[in-house]
Amino acid sequence: MTQWTKLQADLAAQDYVAAPDLAMALHLSLALGRPLLLEGAAGVGKTEVARALAAVKDCELIRLQCYEGLDAAQAIYEWNYQRQLLAIRAHAEAGETGPTVEARLFSEEYLLERPLLRAIRQPAPPVLLIDEIDRADEEFEAYLLEVLSDFQITIPEMGTLAAVSRPMVILTSNGTRDLSDALRRRCLYPHVDYPDPATELAILQARRPGLPDKLAAQIVGFVQSLRKEELEKKPGIAEMLDFAAALGGLGIADLTDDPAVLHAALATLLKTQADRANVTTEVAQRLAGRAA
Amino acid sequence: MKGAVTRFAARDDGPMARVIGFMAHLRANGFRLGVAETDLALAALAATQPDEATLRSALKVVCCGSAEDWARFDAVFDSFWRNGGRVRTKAVPAPNPQHSRNTLSAAGQETAGSGGRPHTPDTGAGAESESGGKGRLVASTLQNLAKRDLREIVSADDIRAAERVALQIGAALRDRRSRRAKAARRGPKLDLRRTIRASLASGGEPLRLARKRRPDRPVRIVALVDGSGSMTLYARPFLAFLAGLMRADPAADAYLFHTRLVRVTEALRDEDPLRALNRITLLADGFGGGSRIGAALMQFATTHARRSVNGRSVVMILSDGYDSAPSDDLARAMARLARRGCRIIWLNPMKGWRDYAPIAAGMAAALPFLDLFAPAAKLEDLAALETELHHL
Repeated sequence: MTQWTKLQADLAAQDYVAAPDLAMALHLSLALGRPLLLEGAAGVGKTEVARALAAVKDCELIRLQCYEGLDAAQAIYEWNYQRQLLAIRAHAEAGETGPTVEARLFSEEYLLERPLLRAIRQPAPPVLLIDEIDRADEEFEAYLLEVLSDFQITIPEMGTLAAVSRPMVILTSNGTRDLSDALRRRCLYPHVDYPDPATELAILQARRPGLPDKLAAQIVGFVQSLRKEELEKKPGIAEMLDFAAALGGLGIADLTDDPAVLHAALATLLKTQADRANVTTEVAQRLAGRAA
Repeated sequence: MKGAVTRFAARDDGPMARVIGFMAHLRANGFRLGVAETDLALAALAATQPDEATLRSALKVVCCGSAEDWARFDAVFDSFWRNGGRVRTKAVPAPNPQHSRNTLSAAGQETAGSGGRPHTPDTGAGAESESGGKGRLVASTLQNLAKRDLREIVSADDIRAAERVALQIGAALRDRRSRRAKAARRGPKLDLRRTIRASLASGGEPLRLARKRRPDRPVRIVALVDGSGSMTLYARPFLAFLAGLMRADPAADAYLFHTRLVRVTEALRDEDPLRALNRITLLADGFGGGSRIGAALMQFATTHARRSVNGRSVVMILSDGYDSAPSDDLARAMARLARRGCRIIWLNPMKGWRDYAPIAAGMAAALPFLDLFAPAAKLEDLAALETELHHL
């Protein structure tokens, strides 16, 4: 068994079924120490990769959720102002002044570590997940490049903090905005698609072990054909699992049994009004019939 | 490059040379790869087992940088490693313009490649019959070979008037609040970091309160003007507007498209407005000819827009939407452009007509991507847009 197929098996043991390309990308990312840029539609399991990898490596998962306007104070570090104020008072009463107070105020004791700083200060290398990088603005992307290439952070009051250990970095993007070429070039790039039927069935069986085989196959077939319809938001893997849980909870043995129940269970798959209107009971029944 | 590596097995320099040859092959097929990637590819191969499936996915992960690369990689891989190369590489289209760093060389490709292809007018039977006999416009792909002097179309007074309008529009678009706070003398929020620092001097009493605010960020306007035959009637106000915009806003960018896309920013910045028009007359060879909106916009989205259009840009398209190419091209180009995160305004002179509906297939394809779709046939119409732009 080669290293990357072993990684694939380890991930499978954590209930994460990785396609060969993705497993290879993860293996190379670990072997070469390069960040991984995962791109793909919402709900194909990009974020879940990081969770599974952290479980395989038995290390901490540090997550940075990006949003527009994300800045250094939320992503890297911030001073603990309340404690600093109190400390200045206390020291003033003790008669301490000037440079000694200042040196103490701007020490690690008063530093609030945010995800990026925390990730490089861990004794054991953690998994650093930078989620939805395309939501952050371009200034932050540029700053991130600096951190990802040097793995050190400069704090004006303290000096430069070098990495204690190099984290395994996973970036995810939904492709809502083009990322800079500079960022793409620093990263390994696997594109994650919706899984093929066999993979999806394996995922379903790993996550919902109690489900009858026939129903599981029907669910996968139904969701796969639903993705081929003209939808605003295609159902992802998480939605598929919810759908399976809903059907399991309702005690359904066959998808085509009860159109009304099937239609009700669609609430777990279709998340916009237009999609609900598009997929009528008849359409759902037709898709289910084909999947059976 | 392929032949040099694989044809002479006896002189084969080993796996490293082959990988280098493959990287060159990828580059020739439009992948953007540097020396660092070659290095990384070799390192990746050293870290994996040497069998075909492994080699393929390892190189795929290293060499791809986008979803398009990802989709194309397997074909390019097969063409190099599986000896069917010579035939298949020829079938692979010429280097994709979106991957070219050199915008000048990319600029000619769209038109050059399509020389012999027949064009179907997008105003199909439906569109034409609905417009009846009055004012029917048909897009043409003929380049208007007779050079047209734009000075005959636009006068200096026009430009001065347009400059005022452009200034107003620029002002309407200018304010866009940044979400990042910056230190400021007066601002709604306290800047704790600086306040604490300053309070050290007064024994911990925060006497001097530092403040911060969200600054206004300038919006960058990019204007694309359709210079095709069907737009000749409106060339006067639109060209004047372009010239005015360039003079009023130093950050703005201007392009003219007909069968080609031309950047006219520098030319229009000429101090003498009429000399500026003279200069773009030379650039805009083919003005008043056919229209290929989809191709021109795609070219813009894949070359210039990659460098200059971002979330703080407003792309202003002034066109009637009559395209001689299929509307899919336009839809793809608009989707691509929208992904830059910019706001897109389409000003259509024909929208002002009574009973106008965007039946031109191109216009209908573009509609879902627009933030504002408004009529504009005269300078006054452009000036009237000011209030709507405030709401964007």
